[in-house]
Amino acid sequence: MTTIQLEETPHLAYLLRLADSALINAHRLSEWCGHAPMLEEDLALTNVALDLLGQARLLYEHAAAVDGNEWREDDLAYRRDAPQFRNLLITELPRGDFAFTIVRQALLSAFFHPFWQRAQGSTDRALAAIAGKAEKEVAYHLRHSGAWLVRLGDGTEESRRRTVDALDALWSYTGELFEVDPVGEAMIEAGIGPDPETIRPVFEQTIDRLVDEAGLARPPGTWMQSGGLRGVHTEHLGHLLAVMQHLQRAYPGAVW
Amino acid sequence: MTTPGPEELERAIAAVSAVPDPEIPFVSIADLGMVRGVRVAPDGVVEVDLSPTYSGCPATPVIAGEVARAVEAAGCGNPRVNLVLSPAWTTDWITPEGRRALACNGIAPPQPCRAREDAVVCPRCGSEATEVISVFGSTPCKSLWRCRSCREPFERFKCL
Repeated sequence: MTTIQLEETPHLAYLLRLADSALINAHRLSEWCGHAPMLEEDLALTNVALDLLGQARLLYEHAAAVDGNEWREDDLAYRRDAPQFRNLLITELPRGDFAFTIVRQALLSAFFHPFWQRAQGSTDRALAAIAGKAEKEVAYHLRHSGAWLVRLGDGTEESRRRTVDALDALWSYTGELFEVDPVGEAMIEAGIGPDPETIRPVFEQTIDRLVDEAGLARPPGTWMQSGGLRGVHTEHLGHLLAVMQHLQRAYPGAVW
Repeated sequence: MTTPGPEELERAIAAVSAVPDPEIPFVSIADLGMVRGVRVAPDGVVEVDLSPTYSGCPATPVIAGEVARAVEAAGCGNPRVNLVLSPAWTTDWITPEGRRALACNGIAPPQPCRAREDAVVCPRCGSEATEVISVFGSTPCKSLWRCRSCREPFERFKCL
């Protein structure tokens, strides 16, 4: 058996949510390597993926220390099954077309930039330090994906249609960004994680500014998807993990 | 092994400071502002604090290994290399010498972070008539630009 079992305290569960979301988002972006519509974007998307992978590694390393067992970052990334993953559903959706990837990254960056700003005040000093680095990187991601969102929305008929479709498809996955369950409550209470309600106005302002400049409109309020944080995933995550975890599952402990 | 004295520590500091960045080898890690401290710990081991640039930069583990080798080669034993995340590295820590080396090698150095919107100067002809091609480049720390005066493309160190 290569699958590990964890005793998830709220603190560990919270760190896994952040680490898993960064890792799965990074993996989806890395799928563009060699496939982006132009060379510059091939570099850009994989650079964003690299930043997120770096953040995921720091978060897993910290999660492993908080867990206190013998597991290391690789065990947490490669030796858990889909129901043990705590990532946001929006990160695991297939990469879609370029507009879908850009809109997803703009939505995530618009949330995580103010998130990491606030997390720098975390009582968990390791998390606060990671937040200090992540905030700078995500600010840059937001500039990139935001500029593209405007360019695509305000571009050709086709680019506009694809951007509108992406916004419509992704909007119902944004509710999860603000979900506060008992784990979230415990983290807010302990001063470890910021209250997402304080982030909502900043997030909405950013998205409104971008869609306005793109000549689009924010999709209307809708029923919101939920489940990733408690391990209830779309069918896509298992397929992603099958590829991502294959080597460590087939050859446990393999190293370069 | 005996505890390194002040002279050995000086040697270790010089050796660590001279380690080049593997991706931009004409700039040392000291000039990049990555070396945040070199000291002899109470247990007699040389301890080096490094500030990683980007979280996912693949050069970081290579640099940590080079630092360890440099300290050993300076006769100060096997050091402890700590990656210190906070305060987060910023391009403002790049020394004037580091900025000169970047410019001499065709990479526009970063401006101070507060002056982020200043004109980017072409490292080849000095023209301020430049435009961005892509906000990302060949390594996490660089973006792609083009000079409208001399028509040459060039790289720019991103402000972080």
